[in-house]
Amino acid sequence: MRLLDRINQTARKVPIWPVYLLCLIPVPVLLFMGFTGGLGREPISALEHELGKIALQFLIVVLCITPLRQIVGLNLIRFRRTLGILTFIYVALHLLTWVILDVQSVDRVWADIIKRPYITIGMSAFVLMLPLVATSNNKSVRTLGTVWRKLHMLTYPVVLLGAIHFIWVNKVLEMEPLVYLAIVLGLLALRVPKLLTKAIV
Amino acid sequence: MANRWKSALTSADITPYDAFLNRRQMIAGTLGFGLVTSTGIASAAQPEMELNSWDDITQYNNFYEFGTGKEDPAEYAGALTTVPWGVTIDGLVERPGTFDFQDIISEMTIEERIYRFRCVEAWSMVVPWNGFELNDLLELAGIKPEAKYVRFETLYRPEEMVGQKASWIDWPYIEGLRLDEALHPLTIMATGIYGRPIPKQNGAPLRLVVPWKYGFKSIKSIVRITLTDEQPVGTWEQLQSKEYGFYANVNPDVDHPRWTQETERKIGGGLFAKRVPTLMFNGYDKEVASLYSDMDLRVNY
Repeated sequence: MRLLDRINQTARKVPIWPVYLLCLIPVPVLLFMGFTGGLGREPISALEHELGKIALQFLIVVLCITPLRQIVGLNLIRFRRTLGILTFIYVALHLLTWVILDVQSVDRVWADIIKRPYITIGMSAFVLMLPLVATSNNKSVRTLGTVWRKLHMLTYPVVLLGAIHFIWVNKVLEMEPLVYLAIVLGLLALRVPKLLTKAIV
Repeated sequence: MANRWKSALTSADITPYDAFLNRRQMIAGTLGFGLVTSTGIASAAQPEMELNSWDDITQYNNFYEFGTGKEDPAEYAGALTTVPWGVTIDGLVERPGTFDFQDIISEMTIEERIYRFRCVEAWSMVVPWNGFELNDLLELAGIKPEAKYVRFETLYRPEEMVGQKASWIDWPYIEGLRLDEALHPLTIMATGIYGRPIPKQNGAPLRLVVPWKYGFKSIKSIVRITLTDEQPVGTWEQLQSKEYGFYANVNPDVDHPRWTQETERKIGGGLFAKRVPTLMFNGYDKEVASLYSDMDLRVNY
């Protein structure tokens, strides 16, 4: 318990901006690798996939914060907004890579969003994130009050769509995205009892 | 008999893609005035044929026998033993049997074939294969008149092919061709690349190359060739028949259900590689379109 208290105390003192810097290190690293052959013979898909995967990883970390506090007593709630915004940054970079480097045509981007279910799903997740990132500030929390809490439950469908998008992108069912989906389902399952009691009350 | 087919697309034809497009636009512009000759169109229709590097060709592979990652084959294929290697030719043939790879090679004349290679995943390469026409190999065994299809089988040896431990594929890998496709002079068995023996990750010691079809039809490390009167069901067709059909001819007008086949990206262009239009039958329409003249290619994808 002592160690946990110490971590919680330290977490309260850590400034936020180095978290951004630290968590954005993969961006220049991936670009450097892309230019120097570190991402293999076809760096566009590799970059796109890496950015998408990192976004999903951040979102999973965001979803871990509440259970960590409730079950373990570890309080990292201060970092939740930062990690949420970082998720959005990586999703946006993933999307930009797809549009600019991969598809290279606005017409084809629209065609894909409409015609390809897995892209429709990915795009929906991105659109659902827009109100979340727009209200990720103290002022919105104050003015929206209880609406803010409800609005930010959109995180749940976003992460689920993200995990399904990851599975569907692959030519065949692969193990890695299934593991991500299992983790996501597990984290969402932890929310079910609370949501149910709220619905009943 | 070798050298039946001579590629019109050799290194002499290399045209930078922008120049190719400009010429095409020029011709499209002049068509209205009736100034263009048919030979003019033919020469302008030469797409870029710049060879991919040895590293592109040997470090970016789909060969699920060694894992699903593009770099897995290069990493794990070293474990494969390719000497000795036998190829069984059986089914509807006059002289069924198992032929030693070295004996096959001594009977065949190896020639170079520079082919475009188009993967169903919408990437492509240009590969200088060395090999011989499949019809010369089938001649060794003698094809019976009842034969209508050819079924190919890859080696199954999970102790050397780590990807075969995955159970979601019903190993061994199977592919098939119609007999007329198999006998077509463009269809080769490749045994080399850039004049060197074909690397294990590319399907050593011998693999099929059917340049007008998506890459998954060009089955690797073949151990059995069966002449049959039944249409074989390939591994991908068996896995997802709505996405991968028996024919799998390269066709920009028929999309894969999950992505477009209108364009492709040539490997080796780095982070800013441009997408280029995919060509009907991968650019071999003059040679092979007649094989499918009475078929609806949307149904027979």
